[in-house]
Amino acid sequence: MLSVSDLHLSFGGIKALQGVNFEAKEGEITGVIGPNGAGKTSLFNAISGFYAPDKGKVHFDGEDITGITPDKRASLGMARTFQNIALFRGMTVLDNIKLGGHTRLNTGLFSAFKYFGSARKEELELRRDIEERVIDLLEIDHIRKYPITMLSYGLQKRVELARALAMRPRVLLLDEPVAGMNREETADMARFILDVQEQFGTTILLVEHDMHMVMDICSHIVVLNFGQQIASGTPAKVSKNPAVIEAYLGAAA
Amino acid sequence: MINGNLKADYGADERVLNNRNKQLFVYGSMLLLALFPLFADDYAVLMACKMGILLIAVVGINVLTGYTGLVSLGHGAFVAIGAYSTVIFSNLFSGLPAGILPIIVVPLAILVSALVGIIVGLPSLRVKGLYLAVATLAASFIVKFLIEQDLFAPWTGGIVGIDTPVPNLLGWELDTKREMYVLITALAVGTMLAAQNLFRTRVGRAFIAIRDRDYSAEILGISLLRYKLMSFAISAGYCGLSGALGAYFFARILPEQFGLDLSLELVAALIVGGMGRTLGPLFGVVVVLLVPEMIKITMSGATGGSLEWARYTAPLQEIVFGLLLVFFLLKEPLGINQITDRILRSANRWPFARG
Repeated sequence: MLSVSDLHLSFGGIKALQGVNFEAKEGEITGVIGPNGAGKTSLFNAISGFYAPDKGKVHFDGEDITGITPDKRASLGMARTFQNIALFRGMTVLDNIKLGGHTRLNTGLFSAFKYFGSARKEELELRRDIEERVIDLLEIDHIRKYPITMLSYGLQKRVELARALAMRPRVLLLDEPVAGMNREETADMARFILDVQEQFGTTILLVEHDMHMVMDICSHIVVLNFGQQIASGTPAKVSKNPAVIEAYLGAAA
Repeated sequence: MINGNLKADYGADERVLNNRNKQLFVYGSMLLLALFPLFADDYAVLMACKMGILLIAVVGINVLTGYTGLVSLGHGAFVAIGAYSTVIFSNLFSGLPAGILPIIVVPLAILVSALVGIIVGLPSLRVKGLYLAVATLAASFIVKFLIEQDLFAPWTGGIVGIDTPVPNLLGWELDTKREMYVLITALAVGTMLAAQNLFRTRVGRAFIAIRDRDYSAEILGISLLRYKLMSFAISAGYCGLSGALGAYFFARILPEQFGLDLSLELVAALIVGGMGRTLGPLFGVVVVLLVPEMIKITMSGATGGSLEWARYTAPLQEIVFGLLLVFFLLKEPLGINQITDRILRSANRWPFARG
């Protein structure tokens, strides 16, 4: 579904990614792990189009998307969340989630000026879709009219996931969905991610430091260290890989 | 007390005037506007017309600066383009029947303004904030400079200005201020509604998204190029309409009416009223036009209208107005809209705790 092949990215002398190769299989949850500074977020930024890789390709559903802009990738069905929440702070929860529907709507400038008629019809359909498909699933109906600034960190993360889901993505990139959450919030988020995979069949790629969660919900794991891919495989296989143990714990004396 | 806010369908929940206090305020204001010319004196009508004209331009700049977060100090230029286009096209098409001339000329003036707006907006794709403000500042000077050139004087009248036509809507000649009031008020209300509607749909939401976090907007499929330029075109088009009405309202237009002062007045009105709020421009325009008048009246009352004192009171008026603005913004940085929000909120909760 989503594959990167031989991806290289550098910032001056710093080699952020050096030949990363993997595929996120359709309908599965793939995890990307690695110590701090391993290049996980750089990988995400290259996949979503913020960074242009020096070498290598990104393929989405068989199509080469290496050179296209982030907004075009969104129209193809790619959604992502950010490590440090990137919600629109001047808007309510509902408006933030509605923005996820942007690419699916057609209202042009003049019907927007008029509102009544086609624009209103489309807006109400969007509202219904969001309410029934996203807000209900993520259990955020009690906060839908709140401004973002009033929400706790954990709820903001959930709203960001909701906004991504409103896009009806085929591939969902989650950058540290449970960073900074307590155990209960982490369990909730893990449950929501599994629900999304099960109900919508979305292909999910996630970066995370919480090893328990990664091992529990991912079916495939890619391990990065200093920009290099040091292992890839099922959770059970990766956790026994000596290179991975060394990267995380250091070499045995 | 608005007790409960219960809705049975999404349509009801998406209404803008979603409680009776808001409805009372808006419909009541509209009724007052409609009755206003029946009892107001000529001076009040004149001020109301000036406010309406300025309001349309400020609503435009609100779309750009308030909602899209792009600061422009050059929007006086688009008002100028709207005004001069109206005069030039009216003279150009003077062969057409007078009754339909404004219906052709005004949309053309808006279109020209919007197109120039797109060109002036091009730097916004690279620069933000203060840098963009400086880039747009250039527009203000260039347009005024071009209008004043002798080369274009046959069309623009050059530095001495040009006489403007009297509008004629399908045979209805609007040659009094009171008739102009009807046209200006109708258009001002219409354009405010249109701007409000914009922010109930994907187009307006995209603007706010760009203001709040541009990379996040991009990841949701919003093309920054398209929407930033669209925002510039809309705001310039609004300013163009404002200029067209100004041309019809005043008997003569001069290049110096559209200088940097006007651009700054538009931004000042927006900031005082409340950026990124539907009614912000309305409150801002009332303050920017009425308060200086009130200071003037008070001062001439205090000095007994003596011409001797006028030498000192004229600059003093500007200083007092400036100080008032500074003091107000220190107290209410989010503008007058913040005050009305508070009043509406406590009205909704009355007789319980205000907050």
